[in-house]
Amino acid sequence: MKKITKTQSVLGIVAVAVGFVLMSFAPSAAGYKIGDSVADFSLKNTVDGKAVSMASFPKAKGYIVMFTCNHCPFAKKYEQRIMDLDKKYAALGYPVIAISPNDPSIEPEDSYDELGKHAKEKKYTFPYAFDETQQVAAAFGATKTPHAFIVNKENGKLVLKYMGAIDDNTDSAEKATKHYVADAVDALIGGKAVAVTETKSVGCGVKWKKS
Amino acid sequence: MMKKYFVLAACICCLSMVKAQTTSIIKFDEVQRILSSKNDTTYVLNFWATWCMPCVKEYPAFQTLATRHKNEKVKVIMLSMDFASEYEKTLVPYIKAHPIDGRVCLLDELDYNAWINKIDAKWDGAIPVTLIINGNRHIRSFFGHDFTTESLEQTFTQTIKQ
Repeated sequence: MKKITKTQSVLGIVAVAVGFVLMSFAPSAAGYKIGDSVADFSLKNTVDGKAVSMASFPKAKGYIVMFTCNHCPFAKKYEQRIMDLDKKYAALGYPVIAISPNDPSIEPEDSYDELGKHAKEKKYTFPYAFDETQQVAAAFGATKTPHAFIVNKENGKLVLKYMGAIDDNTDSAEKATKHYVADAVDALIGGKAVAVTETKSVGCGVKWKKS
Repeated sequence: MMKKYFVLAACICCLSMVKAQTTSIIKFDEVQRILSSKNDTTYVLNFWATWCMPCVKEYPAFQTLATRHKNEKVKVIMLSMDFASEYEKTLVPYIKAHPIDGRVCLLDELDYNAWINKIDAKWDGAIPVTLIINGNRHIRSFFGHDFTTESLEQTFTQTIKQ
C-alpha cells in the first residue's frame, strides 16, 4: 500500500513538472504556421471604442495584422512605415489592423487610453486594437513588436501567408532593400505565390502578463 | 614558444579588461569568429539594447558575473542592438555610466533575418538572449530569457560544468 502511494506521488510530481515545462513554453511555442487557417478575433479599437475584427472589412481581400505598440523603440521606428502600408494597401484590398498585445501594468504607455490617444494624435487611418487578454497575440504566435502577419481570404477561409519583419532595415526606411510585407501583399494582389513567407527580426518582446 | 604566446595572450586579455569601458561598432563576421573560436575561453554573449527594459534590468547581473570571473578564462561580451546612427547618444553614455569588466560592442547588422538563426534557430528575435560558448569543450548553450544575478551565476556554473 505504501509503495503504491509513493509511486503515485512520484507520478504526481512528474506530471506537475511536465505541466510547468509546457506552461513556460506556451506563449512562444504556439501560433499559426504558414498556410494555416486563421480564426477571426474581436478586439476593442482604442480609436473609437468599438469592436473590430477582420470581418469589419467585408470588402477586403486580406489583412495586414500588425502587432505593435506605443512604447517600443522598434515599433516607433516602423510607425510611419506601418501608416504608409495602410495608405497604399487598404485601397488595394489589404488594410492594416494594428494590435497592441502588451500588459499595461508592465508598460503603462501601452494602456488602452494611451494607445487611443496616440492613434488619434498620429491620425491612424486603421484600427489600433488592444489585446487585453493577449489571446489574439498567443493565437498568432506574436512574440515581439512590431511583428507582421499577412492573412489572405481564400475560398471563404482566412489563410496565413506571411509572418515576420516589415523590411530589412529598422533604422531607415530609405536604406531597406527587402520589403517583406509589401512584396508579400504585392504577390497576393498579383495572384502569385509569396516568395519569402517567414522572416525573423529583433524587436521588443511581448510583455506577457505575469501569472 | 607556446608559453610565450600564452603570456602574450594573457597580456592582451588583461589589457582588454583594463579598457573595459570602451565600446566599438562591429559587424557579424566578428561575432562569427567568436562563435567558431577553438580556444578554452568561455564566452558569455548577451544580446541587448539600451532601449530594452528587461535588458537594462538584467545588465547588472552581467556586470557581477564579469567581475567575479575576470581572472578566469571567461569573457563577457555585451552585443548591443542599438542603432549605429545613434551610437554616440545611446550606447556610449550608457557604458560610461555602467562600466563592465568585459566588452561592449554595437552589432551593426540591421538585416536581422540574415543572422538570427546563426545564433540559434530557437531565437525569434526578441531580446534579451544569452549564448554561452566554449570552443574547446564543445559547449554552446542558448538562453532565450532574462536573468537575475543569482540565476546567471548558477546557469553559468552549470553550463561550464557540462
